[in-house]
Amino acid sequence: MSIQSWEPAAPTTTLDRPPARERRSVVKPGRFKQYEPVVIGTLSVVIALAAWQIVANARIYSILFVPGPWDVAQAFVKLFQTGDIWLDIGTSGAEIGIGYGMAVVAGLALGLLMGWYTRFQYALDPFVNFFYSTPRIVLIPLFILWFGIEMQPKIAVIFLGALFPIIINTMAGVRNTEAALLRVARSFGAPDALIFRRVVLPGSVPFILTGFRLGVGHALTGVVVGELIAAKHGVGQLIAIAGQTFQTPKMLAGVILIAGTGMLLTTIIQRVENRFQSWRPQIR
Amino acid sequence: MYDRSAKLAAKGVVIEYWLQRSRSLFTAVKGVDLEVRPGELLAIVGPSGCGKTTFLNAVDGLIPIAGGSLTLDGREIRSPGRDRAMVFQQPGLLPWRTVLGNVIFGVEAQGSMTKTQAIARARQQIELVGLKGFEDAYPLELSGGMQQRVNLARALLTDPEMLLLDEPFAALDAQTREMMQLELLKIWSQTRKTALFITHDIKEAIYLADRVIVFTRRPGRVKNVVDIKLSRPRDLRVKRDPQFLTYEDEIWESIQEELAVPAERLIAGVPAA
Ligand SMILES: Nc1ncnc2c1ncn2[C@@H]1O[C@H](COP(=O)(O)OP(=O)(O)OP(=O)(O)O)[C@@H](O)[C@H]1O
Ligand SMILES: [Mg+2]
Repeated sequence: MSIQSWEPAAPTTTLDRPPARERRSVVKPGRFKQYEPVVIGTLSVVIALAAWQIVANARIYSILFVPGPWDVAQAFVKLFQTGDIWLDIGTSGAEIGIGYGMAVVAGLALGLLMGWYTRFQYALDPFVNFFYSTPRIVLIPLFILWFGIEMQPKIAVIFLGALFPIIINTMAGVRNTEAALLRVARSFGAPDALIFRRVVLPGSVPFILTGFRLGVGHALTGVVVGELIAAKHGVGQLIAIAGQTFQTPKMLAGVILIAGTGMLLTTIIQRVENRFQSWRPQIR
Repeated sequence: MYDRSAKLAAKGVVIEYWLQRSRSLFTAVKGVDLEVRPGELLAIVGPSGCGKTTFLNAVDGLIPIAGGSLTLDGREIRSPGRDRAMVFQQPGLLPWRTVLGNVIFGVEAQGSMTKTQAIARARQQIELVGLKGFEDAYPLELSGGMQQRVNLARALLTDPEMLLLDEPFAALDAQTREMMQLELLKIWSQTRKTALFITHDIKEAIYLADRVIVFTRRPGRVKNVVDIKLSRPRDLRVKRDPQFLTYEDEIWESIQEELAVPAERLIAGVPAA
């Protein structure tokens, strides 16, 4: 019968297979592969420190210009031998905690509102754009004028520093909700509140956390620069005074304190992010 | 005869899109007349871009119609409702939810069941579509065919009166597609839900449907209706039945006429969209 010839042989029909979705194979990593990031990371830091120490030991430049890592470590230990450092850390910590905390709350709220309600975005966009394209630290003199040289002007500049990256990224997260998912939700008659909570918000988490992470950088810049300009206590103030009095190792010890804080906060955010991303197959 | 008892009735349906860039109205569907009888599985085929998805979206209530009337059980369709459920061309699964979480999403959105009830029913539904054991897998860990099963299960769990399917198997390979067709028929024959099925695949349309409707090229209209008088239950061998091939020829030619580029447009160098 001619019927047989109508149906092409099975294998040829698979040719019109559409581009397959990329599937990442999750092969169990080998023993070394597993520790590779830590091992390589540690090694490169050790090498960099060693190189730095060698250059410093050569003493081509005086300790004032190029202190070695050992000098900085000693200065770091010395910092903690007097009680004063805790007042500085406490002051800076409180400024960051309050300023950044307020930025997270306000930035999240404003970003979600601006992403969800277009009109709200239209209304606030000019201000967000203005402040985002202005380095907020230039406002410090004004804040000092308004609030004095206690913690308030630093809190204000930290708040403004961290606020806008959080707003902008949160807004982008809401805006980038996949249209297909929204269509599915609408098709099943989901009320707006449910769409927001179950579709938009979970989908925005990576964006929001990126905003938080960028905010950390801005907050730290704010606290250091704020205290450089005028302060009674604080790690930024410590760095400023050590710098002006040519105590370079001490100054760098302060810098390490700030950098450590930044790395700690970023790591915490990274951990949170990983928790939320457990559904994503490993890329490696 | 079935006029009064039609489940879905479309009379002169016109659907237009507003094109922001050219600031003009674009007519995607122009004057669709068709009826879907209760319990019927109706397939729509037609050239790409002729407005099949557009029409289905209007039936689902996702987009408004610009003219004519579109009624379900005699009531004008204005918005999505619990009486309809869509199986989308792209699965549209929430990547951060497991299979179970995605299957209950439809009823969760409708608010039509308690969560425990939804989960219990979802487990049965997952078994029905052949995904037992994958309840806790995430969509990115599933194959395309498995994702479409979740898409189907999500719609079925809402227990709609009418199932709307937009090329649900188009992205699957030939073997998986045939398997899914078999399973869909199995599920459909158990539930006998009214279904509107859109596809590019003529064989698929004939194999599944009671009637196949061919759309004209854009703006889409009903070109002809082919009654498929193949007995049920149908197994895959029916695809080699001489009657099946006759239907296939008829529909194929009907679509070819629509694809043919008018000579004057060829000369002008404008390919048919
Ligand atoms: N959101 C939209 N805005 C503007 N035009 C659209 C939109 N969606 C579809 N169209 C247009 O309407 C026409 C019909 O589109 P539709 O998606 O309904 O076609 P289709 O028959 O489903 O095609 P296919 O078989 O390729 O899926 C197309 O020409 C398309 O360009
Ligand atoms: Mg389509």
